[in-house]
Amino acid sequence: MYSFEVDKPGSVEAAVAALQIEEAMALGGGQTLIPTLKQRLASPSRLVSLAGIAEMKGVSAVDGVVTIGGGTPHATVAREAAGAYPALAALAGNIGDPAVRNRGTIGGSLANNDPAACYPSAALASGATIVTSSREIAADDYFQGMFTTALHEGEIVTAVRFPVPQAASYQKFEQPASRFALVGVFLARFAEGVRVAVTGASEDGVFRWSEAEEALNKEFRADALTGLAIAPENMIADLHGTKEYRAHLVSVMTKRAIRAVG
Amino acid sequence: MSEVRIVVNGVERFGVVEGRTLLSGFLRDGLGLTGTHVGCDTSQCGACVVHVDGQAVKSCTMFAVEADGRSVDTIEGQAAPDGTLNAIQQAFQDHHGLQCGFCTPGMVMSAAALLKENPTPGEAEIREYLEGNLCRCTGYHNIVKAILAASGQDVAAIAAE
Repeated sequence: MYSFEVDKPGSVEAAVAALQIEEAMALGGGQTLIPTLKQRLASPSRLVSLAGIAEMKGVSAVDGVVTIGGGTPHATVAREAAGAYPALAALAGNIGDPAVRNRGTIGGSLANNDPAACYPSAALASGATIVTSSREIAADDYFQGMFTTALHEGEIVTAVRFPVPQAASYQKFEQPASRFALVGVFLARFAEGVRVAVTGASEDGVFRWSEAEEALNKEFRADALTGLAIAPENMIADLHGTKEYRAHLVSVMTKRAIRAVG
Repeated sequence: MSEVRIVVNGVERFGVVEGRTLLSGFLRDGLGLTGTHVGCDTSQCGACVVHVDGQAVKSCTMFAVEADGRSVDTIEGQAAPDGTLNAIQQAFQDHHGLQCGFCTPGMVMSAAALLKENPTPGEAEIREYLEGNLCRCTGYHNIVKAILAASGQDVAAIAAE
């Protein structure tokens, strides 16, 4: 790692001020950023740790909306959201491994927007609102491609508000070494309609499979996807799977999610 | 450079660290507690697992300054002061849960965290909890047996695969 200083502000306001320094970066749980720093793929002058900001931690459920502080670790979400939003809690409880879940945070995951991360699919499928240090952003506007979001320089994800669907399921085809999603599908069924978000598959990052949503809004069963296919062109290809393999998996995992929701 | 004050295995320790000093580095190089092993240094292998405020974390993926003011437990604090092994360590010995021993500190610390959350985990729960701890010798079988035994459960039911 290159050398840097670490700030530990106690409030969002102080963290925003600390991030004004040139080349400063926010540090959430560090489960992605620290390995990145070790590889010298980032060279911040200063890291601003968000771990000591009490107002960014915790899970609450009020009037059909689950709100999760941006600094809340996955293990806490898995435990505390289980009653209010079981599919979201199950997703959080299957990220990485137990030690990673004790450190990694939802805000860090959404700010990084790894194309194979789990949380972006839940936020997009739920129609979540990303609350930042300066504004509120609808999930449909927030995710803008692989590792790209609507966040500005120095803007912090302070909370995420999830409308709780009538039923939901996250189906993850896990890459066993990294435990990221080779393909993951989050399906959320609301009174207003079905939302299907896919992670791990596309070179453009998380996306909504709108054809599947339309088909499921007409008829909610796995057979409704018959004849629908994802075009392989924009799928990710790597040593774990070809474009065609991932495109196929999107259908398979979506059908599993439909059956799980019932 | 920052000053840190960390309670390690119940004893308050002080140090002066760089921002980039990892908790694993502080424990090993700063305090000489080399029982915490660094296997991969990429957050994959889990040999460096310690407890921070009672929770399992990979100490190679946390900065020492983040542990300032907190309590850290390492493998060195597991046995009694006279060297008597704790139940998990003893079970690893009894059930041959290690060969080369490199992963063992992390395995024992993960097992301790698991048994605190779930005092009588099933075989599948143990295997799932150890997803972030890699062993390249035993094939995990005897490690799982050791953890079952340490939690007072019957290990005879597990057949060799």
